[in-house]
Amino acid sequence: MISALSALPTAAVGEVGEGFLKHRTGETLPCQAHTSHLFCWDWATEHINRFGTPALQQFELVVISVLIGFAIAFAFALFAHRYRPLQWPLLAGTGVLFAIPSIAFFLLLLPITGRGRETAIIALSAYTLQIIYRNVMQGLGNVPESAKDAARGMGFTQRQILWKVELPLAVPEIVGGLRIATVSTMAIATLAVFAHAGGLGTQIYAGGNEVFPTAIIIAGGIAILMALGIDAVLLTVQRFATPWRRAAAEAA
Amino acid sequence: MRFNHKKPLMALVMLIAALALAVGISACGGGSSSSATEATEAESTEGTGGEEGGGEAEAITSNPENAKVSLTIGSKNFPEQEILGEIYTQALAAAGYKAKSDLSLGSETVALKTLKSGQISGYPEYASTALTSFFGLEPEEVPSDATAAWEKANAEFEKEGLEAFEPTPFASANAVGLLKSTAEKYNLKTVSDLEGVSEKLSLYGSPECRQRIDCLAGLEKLYGLKFKEFKPVDISLRYTVLEKGQADLSILFTTDPQLAAEKEKFVILEDDKHVFPAGNVIFVTKKKVAEEAGPDYEKTILNVQQGLTLPVMQELDARVELEKQTPKEAAAAYLESAGYVE
Amino acid sequence: MTAALLTHPLFAGFTGAFEFIFSKQESDVTGGKKVGGIEQVLELAWTQIELSVLALLLAMLIAIPAGLYFGHRGKGELIAVGIGNAGRAIPELAAIALVATVIGVGFPGLVFVLALLGVPPILTNTFVGVRQVDHATVDASRGLGLTEFQVIRKVELPLAVPSIMTGIRGATVNIVATATIAPLAGVLTLGDFILGENVYGVNGVLAGAICTAILALLFEFALAGLQRRLTSKGLRLQQAQ
Repeated sequence: MISALSALPTAAVGEVGEGFLKHRTGETLPCQAHTSHLFCWDWATEHINRFGTPALQQFELVVISVLIGFAIAFAFALFAHRYRPLQWPLLAGTGVLFAIPSIAFFLLLLPITGRGRETAIIALSAYTLQIIYRNVMQGLGNVPESAKDAARGMGFTQRQILWKVELPLAVPEIVGGLRIATVSTMAIATLAVFAHAGGLGTQIYAGGNEVFPTAIIIAGGIAILMALGIDAVLLTVQRFATPWRRAAAEAA
Repeated sequence: MRFNHKKPLMALVMLIAALALAVGISACGGGSSSSATEATEAESTEGTGGEEGGGEAEAITSNPENAKVSLTIGSKNFPEQEILGEIYTQALAAAGYKAKSDLSLGSETVALKTLKSGQISGYPEYASTALTSFFGLEPEEVPSDATAAWEKANAEFEKEGLEAFEPTPFASANAVGLLKSTAEKYNLKTVSDLEGVSEKLSLYGSPECRQRIDCLAGLEKLYGLKFKEFKPVDISLRYTVLEKGQADLSILFTTDPQLAAEKEKFVILEDDKHVFPAGNVIFVTKKKVAEEAGPDYEKTILNVQQGLTLPVMQELDARVELEKQTPKEAAAAYLESAGYVE
Repeated sequence: MTAALLTHPLFAGFTGAFEFIFSKQESDVTGGKKVGGIEQVLELAWTQIELSVLALLLAMLIAIPAGLYFGHRGKGELIAVGIGNAGRAIPELAAIALVATVIGVGFPGLVFVLALLGVPPILTNTFVGVRQVDHATVDASRGLGLTEFQVIRKVELPLAVPSIMTGIRGATVNIVATATIAPLAGVLTLGDFILGENVYGVNGVLAGAICTAILALLFEFALAGLQRRLTSKGLRLQQAQ
């Protein structure tokens, strides 16, 4: 693979082989040498492999962060659903975490958690909290009183009402929140490169390296595709999980 | 919105296909030539005899004694440095060391700090940068002879328990670059020609350039130039800003492949007052590390850099900066073509 | 005990950062010029505020009328929600890097791109906010003789304010966060500290992170307060129930 680029070595070690040195002029430069060329197909098809590991890293970061964020935010919402006074503080608290730019968050955590994935996961999870919390709360809040009354009438305990009536009816909003959280986190995870956690950001900003449009577009494009892909899967899961819903009410 | 049971199934299949496509693209071929920092061990080759140190270049042989030594090779944060870092890493691995790279650390001060703290075993530095940036020499005091510069730098390094190996054949320097059209417009050939004109021109350089004596600070102090504005941009954009017409002047490197390939477009101004001394690369390491690593450490490094003449370095720079190969690929190609490694 | 707490390694890093914010420090790069200090912090913060506010206003200018129009008509739900979705998926780093290499380094390009990033949430939320207005209310107001334009202005818009403001707040978070990495495209904001470890050192980086977080929160609180003010009393009572 690489030897195609170098010529056969000559007898003298230390001297590069014939044909190693290439004469380049402005016209013979390949497409990717010019930053004005938006997309170079040849380079793209040849080098798509480069994006494999970074994409996988980013995917992992996002999935883990969203799962952790969901677990925490869901728990928060359940507490707040029971104890009203918690609602505003939790909303405000998660809102604060949401508002802090992720790159700042990464760097604030680095001295404490050290370089790498843990830092990124903590920051990304924190980012998802408000989205998921708010959506779960909304979902629970939108449950019609009539449904709860019927359940009470049937002798359900409060816990049973929560798990058998309220939560199932809140599924669209909850999944809606998950979808938004995942898409947003996927976009933000490109910044994980600043936490030294890998990801597609490594192909966009490599700190002094050759940044050029084709690589940026491919990296960004893959991130977008993954985001929309997961979004679509979650949406379908939601449709299956709520067969009683004829019209899916999508939370914006 | 009405839907029957058939549609969700189809939709599910299509959507999973879309996701699979997206994940498939991302997962296929994962890891082949991307960000792995472990150097792979090359096969050992037959030695062709020759002396040690700066003598004749020879193919690298793997010495099993070296296997117990772990080395981490660092580099500064631009392509030429990363190529050098990779070359040294791969060469040391071929010599049997447990070598890995930790490239793109930052500017020279960051790199030196990482070296002193032990995070890396060594990194390639430019003799001129070491003298002006670490040891406070004025640019005119930097010897133009490569060996003299190395000796001077080494003497200073030794005071701190560090050591610098002998220099590479090629040297690189900063330069004030601009579009050929701009140079013709203002009739600029040397940096001194900028007198009286520079107030109308903008200069773009790396963020550290502002403070460096072999960069903006030197231009202001030693050439007495004032610019309309200085804008810090990432090194990787140094040609883009010229091409886009945003920068009138940009700080370039004399080894840049763009200068060789696009002579009709870019030119550099002659540094008549020697504010930008050329520096050969000297590998800097801790004395203790060198002792513990054994004689093959210095020997391999001096050996492998003998092929790095100016045309070769420019070729490697071109492959990485113009053709967008990875430093790893370029380094491997060099080692193979020059016969160091099979 | 406070002394012991403050000298804990955790906080030791932060004290260095706070010093950096308030007084100029020696730079790691030799050359003698000092860096940091409250002047530079405020200068960079101001650029970031300028950038963010202009981008936000531009985004609102585009997104709110569009959202109101389509929401009122009841058409284009797919587009409005779709744009919201797609917009959320755009990685800011890619957007900024693309601006730097393609459009070029500079303020106007950045305002434009940041505005683009801010449009989706505002558009979607405005659309949804208008759509959620009770049709009975709208019909009643038409019955009272209001023109379509007046319906939008006096009925739908005020009722949609909470939703619109949520969208604006979401957009602001996005814009301010992306403005932080604007130095990659040549416009110096607080992110310069974060990205410039070479020049500003570890303290500078941390200082940048702290200042950025504070700035973002200031925006958030300001907008939260604004939302409270703009939400009509009737709505507020309704929400409190």
